Amino acid sequence: MAKFRGAVVVDTEHCKGCSLCVVACPTKVLDLHPNVNGKGYHYAYMKNPEACIGCASCGLVCPDSVITVYKKNVE
Amino acid sequence: MELTDIIKEENLVLKKSKLLTDNVMHYCPGCTHGVVHKLIAEVIEELNIQDQTIGVSPVGCSVFAYNYIDIDWAEAAHGRAPAVATAISRLHPEKYVFTYQGDGDLASIGCAEIMHACNRGENIVVVFINNAIYGMTGGQMAPTTLLGQVTSTTPYGRDAKLNGFPMKITELLAQLDGTCYVTRQSADTPAAVRKTKNALKKAFQNTRRQKGVSFVEVVGTCNSGWKMSPVDANKWMREHMFEKYPLGDIKDI
Repeated sequence: MAKFRGAVVVDTEHCKGCSLCVVACPTKVLDLHPNVNGKGYHYAYMKNPEACIGCASCGLVCPDSVITVYKKNVE
Repeated sequence: MELTDIIKEENLVLKKSKLLTDNVMHYCPGCTHGVVHKLIAEVIEELNIQDQTIGVSPVGCSVFAYNYIDIDWAEAAHGRAPAVATAISRLHPEKYVFTYQGDGDLASIGCAEIMHACNRGENIVVVFINNAIYGMTGGQMAPTTLLGQVTSTTPYGRDAKLNGFPMKITELLAQLDGTCYVTRQSADTPAAVRKTKNALKKAFQNTRRQKGVSFVEVVGTCNSGWKMSPVDANKWMREHMFEKYPLGDIKDI
């Protein structure tokens, strides 16, 4: 089991659905939601939250700074 | 473990910089400008120089940069940001002055200004976003457009006989004695973003060394102008742009 568990919080109303975070994620946690936000963009969400290790790669590449990342040591 | 156990203030590792305003950026989804704005805000926040930094925004997509980063700004005429920054840095030598320019602004209409600002060795930071196209006006050819690249003014691809060759302005500026730090970075992967942040931090710190211009080029994408998805644009950039514009430090003294 992973040493760290992470969580990603996306500001869905300001997400533009560019999906750069989806390809940047090394553990394939994120995906674009089938629903859209107020501007009509498919926003990013945690499709597979158990796999998140809190590496913050998604937040680093996010152009609109809508991603907040948390990380906890579980050992 | 539930997500609510992880989402707590003490577990926070990354959040939006306090210097970024709540305005929603007008950039297209996936635009490199957003990443570089974020990095500049983070660097200024980490160096704690918010009240000592003056930015000069250009003409181009990033013309509204002053809406997004909460510092003092001036707006320059097209291409003249280095001239305005020269005046500000000479009048306020204790401040951190930077210009933020695109390739149409810096390499085309502002070529004379940047050449002479770098040759005079002004004590400023220049952030240069190179996406090989005029993004704001509808994807026309820029001096940095690659050979064969299709734009709205080169619909059959850029032809060297008709349109000349792509301009490697960063290498040109590195030859001038007035520059102290010249580097080319990108912002497509998490590792590249970290490197770009370190380069920007070094550039801002160089202002106190009084050695001349620190020039940071960021090779970026214009997915609207290139007519690609943001992910495909990053891939295209890695495959084609990096060949002509190799990443790394060109000069560091």
